[in-house]
Amino acid sequence: MTTLEPFEAAAMIVLMIGSFLCLYRISRGPTAPDRTVAIDILGTLMVGFCCVMALMMKQEFYMNIAIAWALTSFVGTLALAKYLEGRCYDA
Amino acid sequence: MLDIGYGYWIIGIGLAFDLFGCIGLVRLPDVYNRAQAATKCVTLGTCMILGGVAWIGFADGDGAMGVKALICAAFILLTSPVGAHAVCRGAYLAGVKLWDQSVEDSFSSRAQEIRETQTQEGSVQGEEA
Repeated sequence: MTTLEPFEAAAMIVLMIGSFLCLYRISRGPTAPDRTVAIDILGTLMVGFCCVMALMMKQEFYMNIAIAWALTSFVGTLALAKYLEGRCYDA
Repeated sequence: MLDIGYGYWIIGIGLAFDLFGCIGLVRLPDVYNRAQAATKCVTLGTCMILGGVAWIGFADGDGAMGVKALICAAFILLTSPVGAHAVCRGAYLAGVKLWDQSVEDSFSSRAQEIRETQTQEGSVQGEEA
C-alpha cells in the first residue's frame, strides 16, 4: 500500500474539478458539437489521470493505458465529427 | 543528473493549464470559442504533464516510463488539434450559429461551396438509384 503524497492528491483534485466541468458541459450543452468537444476534452484529461496514477503507484503500465486511451479517444472524436457533418461513415 | 523537482514543477504548470481550459469550456459563449479555448489549453496542459512524468521517469532511472510518456505526448500533440478542427467543421456545416457578437466569419463562402457540391452529388446519386 503506497502512501498518498500531498502533491499527487492535489493533482488528482485539480483533474477531478476539470472533469466535473467537462461533465457539466456534456449534460447542459445546448448543441451536439458542444457535447462532442467536451467528450474529446474529457478523453484528454483521462490521459493526465493515467499519468498521475503512474506517478502515484510507481507502475509504468499505466502509461500503456494512457496511450491506448489517446488512440481510442481520437478515433471516437473523428467518427462523431463525420456524423455531425452529415456524411456516410465510409465516404 | 536530472533534478526530480523540476519534473513536479512542469506537472504543476500543466495542471494549471488543464484547469483553465476546463473553465473556458464552461464559461465561453458558443461552440467555436469553447473548442478553441479548451483544445489549446488542455492539449498543452496534458503534454506538460506527460513531459513532467517523462522527466521524473528519466531522473528515477525508469527509462520505459519516460519513453512511453514522450510517445503519448507526441501523439496527443498531433491528434488533438485534428479532432477539434473536424468537430468545428462538422458543427459549421451542420448549421450551428456563431455567437451573435462575433465580428468575422471567413468560412461562410467556402461552406456554401461545400454544401452546393454535396447537394449536386446527392442528386446524381439519387438519379442513379
